[in-house]
Amino acid sequence: MGEAIVITSGKGGVGKTTTTANVGTSLALLGKKVCLLDTDIGLRNLDVVMGLENRIVYDVVDVVQERCRVKQALVRDKRFDCLHLLPASQTSDKSAVTPEGIQRIVAELKQDYDYILIDCPAGIEQGYKNAIAGADKAVVVTTPEKSSVRDADRIIGLLEKEEGIGSPHLIINRIRTHMVKSGDMLDISDIVEILAVDLLGIVADDDEVIKSSHHGEPVAFQPDTKASISYRNIARRILGESVPLMSLEDDKGIMAKVKKFFGVKS
Amino acid sequence: MKNKKQAVTIKGTKDGLTFTIDETSSMEHILQELKSKLSSKVIDQDQPVIKVNIDAGNRYLTSEMKEQMQEIVRSKPNLVINEIYSNVITKEEAKDWYKDLEISAITKIVRAGQQLHVHGDLLLIGDVNPGGTVSATGNVYILGKLNGIAHAGIEGDPKAIIAAAYMNPTQLRISGFLSRSPDFETEGLYMECAYVNQDTDKILIDRLQSLSTIRPDLGSIERRMING
Repeated sequence: MGEAIVITSGKGGVGKTTTTANVGTSLALLGKKVCLLDTDIGLRNLDVVMGLENRIVYDVVDVVQERCRVKQALVRDKRFDCLHLLPASQTSDKSAVTPEGIQRIVAELKQDYDYILIDCPAGIEQGYKNAIAGADKAVVVTTPEKSSVRDADRIIGLLEKEEGIGSPHLIINRIRTHMVKSGDMLDISDIVEILAVDLLGIVADDDEVIKSSHHGEPVAFQPDTKASISYRNIARRILGESVPLMSLEDDKGIMAKVKKFFGVKS
Repeated sequence: MKNKKQAVTIKGTKDGLTFTIDETSSMEHILQELKSKLSSKVIDQDQPVIKVNIDAGNRYLTSEMKEQMQEIVRSKPNLVINEIYSNVITKEEAKDWYKDLEISAITKIVRAGQQLHVHGDLLLIGDVNPGGTVSATGNVYILGKLNGIAHAGIEGDPKAIIAAAYMNPTQLRISGFLSRSPDFETEGLYMECAYVNQDTDKILIDRLQSLSTIRPDLGSIERRMING
């Protein structure tokens, strides 16, 4: 029996889809059977980020409206056998599916997979309600901006009222270390203090993320970029390992290392 | 009939006139007598306004009865009703009073978009995040961070206060008064309280310690019963 995790944020453009793709890929890298479920109906792009757009035949709306079986709609990842995608529809809108419909699909998928990651659309309306319907856990993605933290706070408030979903976990995405340092961005401790939920991971703002999604290949594949290490750490934490937060600071030459050695904060 | 006990007794006190109403007389009788007494009393038109207190004793007054009496008294140009007093209230009113007396202790984080309202005083053990609102008919005490909006004395009690362990609100409202945070970014303050200054009619923020001089009667039941 698998676990369904919804990835949500309230605000758009903070990296829900990227997070879903990369955490899913990282879990698959660790040998888990993973299904990604895109519920952003009408504005799907999880398939694009995964580079699987050309393989879609059926979508989630077809499954809900019983034009096909769940297994028929699943798209197998080109790199892994254990990573599948159930794409959203591009032609319908959010009212084409119901929370009950999604719940049924998720319940069926849970039989076959270890993890089902549900990519939630932005907003708190119908699409959001569909996405959280089948979830056992929730992960809230935010960026270190006031507006996105405000929306994350709102979403956490809504998620706490839902039965069956425990206290949500937090991923802080797109951290720019130099801006946090200069005080032009919220820092991690500020955000955690306001939102008062468990931190699942932090991801640096990395050009590699944009590059890789452009090529339809999740960044988590790359061995040594900051973002890919962050995503893999998040996956390990989901599996229950305790992994310390990585430092996002750049090591600038020998002096920084010496300073670090002596515990001097630069 | 003439020998019968008077239904309305008028007494002069230093606060104005007190009309004591006999508990056993019928309402009809009382209104009649009130009318006749007020018309027979020749009140000098040039006299300053006289405050009238009505003491109904152990009689329950419905709002209709109150209105009828007010109407009669108001028909005299220099009489003003100060207070209508009765020893009796309905169970409903008593319950409302009781609610206003209570301090509701709530453990919660009031997040963006959430609203928390209580009757009486609110003791919130937790934070009010930006975008969140807490309100109470009485005082608001926050054992945590106030980063959102707090409204004390929401049904019109300008003596209500807002106290917070950490005060960095977007807005403070007390009764009908409002103050907002400045347009530049500010660091919040620890252990502060907000109250309405009667002289300036503005919300002021002060150290929590000074509350004992600003509102020495804050916790007393009498103060809150008057407001109830």
